[in-house]
Amino acid sequence: MATVANKLPGWKDLPIGGLIEKPGTSEAYKTGDWRSDRPIWDAEKCIDCKICWMYCPDSSIKLSAEGKVDGIDYMHCKGCGICAEECPKKVNAITMHPESEFHGEK
Amino acid sequence: MAITKDRIALTGNEAIALAMKQINPDVCAAYPITPATEIMQIFASYVADGAVDTELVAVESEHSAMSATIGACAAGARSMTATSSQGLALMWEMLYIAAGLRLPIVMPMVNRALSAPINIHCDHSDSMGARDSGWIQINSENSQEAYDNLIQAMRISEHPDVLLPSMVTFDGFIISHCMEPVETYSNEAIQEFIGAYKAPYALLDIDNPITVGAIDFHDFYFEHRRALAEPMLNTVIPVVEEIGREFGKKFGRTYELFETYKLDDAEVAIVVLGSTAGTAKVVIDELRAKGVKAGMLKIRLYRPFPYAQVAEVLKNVKAVAVLDRSDGLAGFGGPVFGEIRSALYDLPKRPITTNYVYGLGGRDVTLAHIASVYNDLLAIVSEGAPQNLVNYLGVRE
Amino acid sequence: MANLKELSKKGNVVAPGHRACAGCTFPIILKQVLAASDTPLVCGSATGCMEVTTTIFPFTAWKTPFIHSAFENAAATISGVEAAYKSLKRQGKYDKEVKFIAFGGDGGTYDIGLQSLSGAMERGHNMLYVCYNNEAYMNTGIQRSSATPLGADTTTSPAGKVKPGKGQSRKDLTEIMVAHNIPYVAQGSPSHWNDMVTKVQKALAVDGPAFINVLMPCRLGWAFQPQYGMQIAREAVSSCYWPLYEVVDGEYKITVMPKEKTPIAEFLKKETKFRHLFKPENAEIIERIQAEIDARWNKLLKRAELGC
Repeated sequence: MATVANKLPGWKDLPIGGLIEKPGTSEAYKTGDWRSDRPIWDAEKCIDCKICWMYCPDSSIKLSAEGKVDGIDYMHCKGCGICAEECPKKVNAITMHPESEFHGEK
Repeated sequence: MAITKDRIALTGNEAIALAMKQINPDVCAAYPITPATEIMQIFASYVADGAVDTELVAVESEHSAMSATIGACAAGARSMTATSSQGLALMWEMLYIAAGLRLPIVMPMVNRALSAPINIHCDHSDSMGARDSGWIQINSENSQEAYDNLIQAMRISEHPDVLLPSMVTFDGFIISHCMEPVETYSNEAIQEFIGAYKAPYALLDIDNPITVGAIDFHDFYFEHRRALAEPMLNTVIPVVEEIGREFGKKFGRTYELFETYKLDDAEVAIVVLGSTAGTAKVVIDELRAKGVKAGMLKIRLYRPFPYAQVAEVLKNVKAVAVLDRSDGLAGFGGPVFGEIRSALYDLPKRPITTNYVYGLGGRDVTLAHIASVYNDLLAIVSEGAPQNLVNYLGVRE
Repeated sequence: MANLKELSKKGNVVAPGHRACAGCTFPIILKQVLAASDTPLVCGSATGCMEVTTTIFPFTAWKTPFIHSAFENAAATISGVEAAYKSLKRQGKYDKEVKFIAFGGDGGTYDIGLQSLSGAMERGHNMLYVCYNNEAYMNTGIQRSSATPLGADTTTSPAGKVKPGKGQSRKDLTEIMVAHNIPYVAQGSPSHWNDMVTKVQKALAVDGPAFINVLMPCRLGWAFQPQYGMQIAREAVSSCYWPLYEVVDGEYKITVMPKEKTPIAEFLKKETKFRHLFKPENAEIIERIQAEIDARWNKLLKRAELGC
């Protein structure tokens, strides 16, 4: 515990007043390991309607440089399954699978 | 360069409202409470007449007054509000947050008793309740000091080595509503003294988005609170001294951490805050005329408390009576008593101390009351110990 | 009319890595609100799930300037920020265009923050207040608030042997805000993203205060599987449990008219917090809930028809 605490900045090195001085720093925090079910995105089936993008609570639907749906950000996806649930039934481009099937692979 | 001064008759509230006008803050929140109401009332008329640039936010409670002031200050604006008593009590939660966020808010605070029973008159229980909130507390004896202290508080709070909120206190009705001559200075001289506002950070800097008021777990909270303690431990006192001297050079009245009155050779002394100091000075003069070596210490800076400096000026006194205009309800007298005892503890030869809780709810403090305290002190000196450690002065048994 | 292609061009307006529950729906609401504005925003939040999970030092999910000060005062705090903006702008010390948004949960809005909200709205600050209404104090562990519906099982209105959950109906905060005579009041649902985004855009365009009350299904407190948040929100709209409407300068308009009004029992069935209502002895409560929804919906229809 002491060694962990020592790696963190001391009080003299923190910004004033508890400020976080940069925007969006939570991106560096991994929430993907919360996941018990993994969404698998099928590029072939995807019609790029972006409904999954709108409904993903964890900003984990990746978009390509051209702005097209481009898979899942597994570093942050918590596996809630809203994307699979909301993907139009006729399209069915995202399906949920237990993490145990992947044996820890990324 | 000579400073233009006007000597005019003002009540404490009028003097403070005038100082606020001359400070010309960007934002002020206002909510009425006796006996501080007039401050924002007068200030509102300045706003209505276009005499200031201030955006006045007439809020629906003191909690919102401090919340809006915090929002405005965090946005990057010089921000003020004023209050008293129950109003300060309702702000309680936000006082800590203003300090924790390191916002240099300056607030006139008119001392009034706390309920129950409800009472609109002076005692210090309101500001004493907030003494450990992270606010700098500067006490004023009279309207002149309130006016001068408010101007200095801007510099103190906004000093880059400080960045803490300040409350400038003065006694309700006794000072807030009492008209006396006050030397005022020109707007230009005050503006020159306080300087342009430089915000410690600004939400309105949209190109550099910051998050203010984040949550800390056990891994950072302690470090943030330690950082908050630093100015109170080390920087506020020298800054207050430096600005007091600079103020003296510019305006002719030098301010220190406290005022001593005939204390150098005093054998018996009292410690007071606020308007009672004026009464005490008269008693001391009378006692001195009779050959009694009486003196006084009037605390100006109460937070942070100048422990070492207080010990230094009281070290040769034989007996000290601490006058508390609020009761600590701690079973050990008032809060100032605790401070003074603590300050004196490390002296090789400590003065004998005793405590008088007095003047609660605006109870009048007469010359006779103060004289009786000195009489007690003389008895303590000859007997070697006080009869009672904690005394109630001026209450009916 | 918003479209997803355009909105998605803004990228992740809420940074990932925040610590809301898996399947939490406030980040969806937040995304819709933030993506709706083309003008830079300064935001604030009351203490609550949103604030706690998005600002764990040193990690912030906010990309706009953001302030949290306390629980009951998001409206007062943002009103101060807006006052600073007005002042600095008037003095020529600031020249950018900025909009201001305060967020609060139902506890911070309906209950402890109601005074602060009412004050800020009455003062006419140019700000939008968004209530993410999950109908209980979820951050502290599902305690009842004045937004909690009749019959709901919460930790301070538990369904027990003699009491069938909360004994009182929800307060109608949206109508309380309408009574403030502010230029824009609406109810939204994250399931209807287009309606939500449009409402936020309208709210930010008015001169003066605006209020949007957004129903936020809480997978923890309402107790449903995490993938169903949007479905349940849709059901809340279709049953008229949470009508989507707006009041612009006092004129009512229903913005999403359910094709077929679904029975409330269907909505209640999906949440464990109402499970006990399906015992035979509690049938009367479901009838009461249905009757209240019907009465309110009919009143709303009349107001919308009359345009008053």
